Amino acid sequence: MAEPTGTMAASSAPASRWLRACLAHPLFWPVLALLLLLAGNGLFHPGFLALQWRDGHLYGNLVDIAHRAAPLALVSLGMTLVIALRGLDISVGAVLAIAATVAAWTIGHAPNHGLLPLALAIAAALATGALCGLWNGWLVTGAGMQPIVATLILMVAGRGIAQSISGGQILTLYYAPYAFLGNGFLLGLPFSLFVVAALFALLQLALRKSALGLFVRAIGHNPLAAHVAGVRARAITLGAYVFCGLTASMAGLLVSSNVSSADANNAGLLLELDAILAVALGGSLLGGGRFSLAGSLLGALIIQALTTTIYAVGVPPQVNLAVKAVLVFAVMLLQSPECRRQARALLRPGAERRA
Amino acid sequence: MNALAQTAVSGAEGSRPWWRRPAYVPLLATLALFVAMAGAGGVLYHGFLSPQVFLNLLIDNAFLCIVAVGMTFVILAGGIDLSVGAVVALSTVLVAELVQHHGWPPLAAIALVLGVGTSFGAAMGVLIQRFRLQPFVVTLAGMFLARGTATLISVDSIDIDQPWLAAVANLRIAVGGGSTLSVGALIALAVVAAGALLAGATPFGRTVYAIGGSESSARMMGLPVDATVVRVYALSGFCAALAGVVYTLYMLSGYSQHALGLELDAIAAVVIGGTVLAGGSGYVTGTLLGVLVLGLIQTLIVFDGELSSWWTRIVIGALLLAFCLLQRLFRAGR
Repeated sequence: MAEPTGTMAASSAPASRWLRACLAHPLFWPVLALLLLLAGNGLFHPGFLALQWRDGHLYGNLVDIAHRAAPLALVSLGMTLVIALRGLDISVGAVLAIAATVAAWTIGHAPNHGLLPLALAIAAALATGALCGLWNGWLVTGAGMQPIVATLILMVAGRGIAQSISGGQILTLYYAPYAFLGNGFLLGLPFSLFVVAALFALLQLALRKSALGLFVRAIGHNPLAAHVAGVRARAITLGAYVFCGLTASMAGLLVSSNVSSADANNAGLLLELDAILAVALGGSLLGGGRFSLAGSLLGALIIQALTTTIYAVGVPPQVNLAVKAVLVFAVMLLQSPECRRQARALLRPGAERRA
Repeated sequence: MNALAQTAVSGAEGSRPWWRRPAYVPLLATLALFVAMAGAGGVLYHGFLSPQVFLNLLIDNAFLCIVAVGMTFVILAGGIDLSVGAVVALSTVLVAELVQHHGWPPLAAIALVLGVGTSFGAAMGVLIQRFRLQPFVVTLAGMFLARGTATLISVDSIDIDQPWLAAVANLRIAVGGGSTLSVGALIALAVVAAGALLAGATPFGRTVYAIGGSESSARMMGLPVDATVVRVYALSGFCAALAGVVYTLYMLSGYSQHALGLELDAIAAVVIGGTVLAGGSGYVTGTLLGVLVLGLIQTLIVFDGELSSWWTRIVIGALLLAFCLLQRLFRAGR
């Protein structure tokens, strides 16, 4: 997605070189889209971007957007790796529901000693997510099924599994410490932000400080070549699906803790579509190979900012989806190098043709 | 490998009975599994093997069949179309609104809806091809737009009682032995036949297969890649709109929340029917089989009649899994 730097030797001043480097950075366009959205809101609603410090916490729409985007951000991180390996996981919404239900069930049935229910619930939910990811990964690598069909199975059956655990009811949680996950504050900021930041940092460490990132890109670009070169494609792909399941279960913990209940039917509904959209908006190729974790986080923030913008603008509810669609088209066109090239050609009809 | 490559290879190897040609083995394996599943149903449930049960598979899934044919072309060309369910809903709402609230003659409303669907698909195709946007994202946004427009037109469900539409919806054509088919089912069969012809026997179809195999190679061969991609999405939009008309007849109502999740059912049908999601390989008749398999799974559950709503989901997932695993087994074994 890097722009051709052109043959403009005349303007070699540091400022314009810096500007061109900025424009060429793959994250430039997602950042710009997010800033435009926020700025637009700030213009139409004075006070939208205001931040206040109250009761030892930071309050404001910006904090709100980041907090609400946390579950989507977590799932997008997992989805980025799976997509980078030429896979797809459309079961994340169902896995979120299963994990949330398992956590709620565990709290309801755990012995009530201090923080033991919390620890057990977190462990159970994460184990469930890892198991679901293992199942998906085995179907794709072991049974050789196409990822979309393999994960479709869990997507269809998953909510049924969640409902059988909850007995068809929405499980309400009456355990105060659990609410800290989704509603608590640490150092003035919502705890969910720290969860996302920690996972992002861990992932960057694992991908950059080891050969894992290189292997993921190699497998995504050309699986056969990577296999022949000795990369353990199957193990890495399986690991990616397990990680995706883990992130979905973490998101399930955040979501159920936020509303203090677990709804097997509606928790995480359509989350997979938003996650894939976030990954695409962040600049990762949906065909595998090149990926950007930071881009996916930005994509999640963009989607949440979109949702908040729609509510803030105050359109009647039936217009929601149409407005979201128009905004997504606008962001996509902004990010497409082809579109920018054609727009530039339109605006500068006399300019010399580039190859 | 697509049909042409396979026939060239097997032609060179000398004559082989057509049912042993490598290209057709996956289709026949799917058909064999379908028959096996139907047989199992016949053993388990009384009255399962009556002809009307199987004709009902077509009647109840006619709209899915039409959508899946359009989806087959898109997937063969290496793309994907997530907007089809929303276009179906939009079509139902448009037809219902125009006929019930504005007194339009039904055929005029249907013609308009088909035009809207085709242009919608073509517009998405232009965005995908001209600006090199990813099909997943463009059609996802298209899905939001179509459903949003449907909700804008009418938030509530609109019931249809216009006499001509009601008459067509209730019409049953006898096909012998006391069994009947609906108008929608006949349209679906016609669409499948037309689709198979289009894919297998026209330059357009050959170009679609070529693009799915390798877009750059197709371009270098001089094939009209850009125009074909736009046409493929326009075709998918047309099929979605036609399916919307059939769905309107089936439900006799227009509602913006109709056909939720239909795109995934269509993709599942296409993939079960043997088309590879990456494109370049697959048959339209396979898609018909895929739709019938999905319908058969639903029928098995209905005949059982004792499953709670969540066990239904689990059983559908399990049956889908069993089918796909067996398919893989057949393919790996040959």
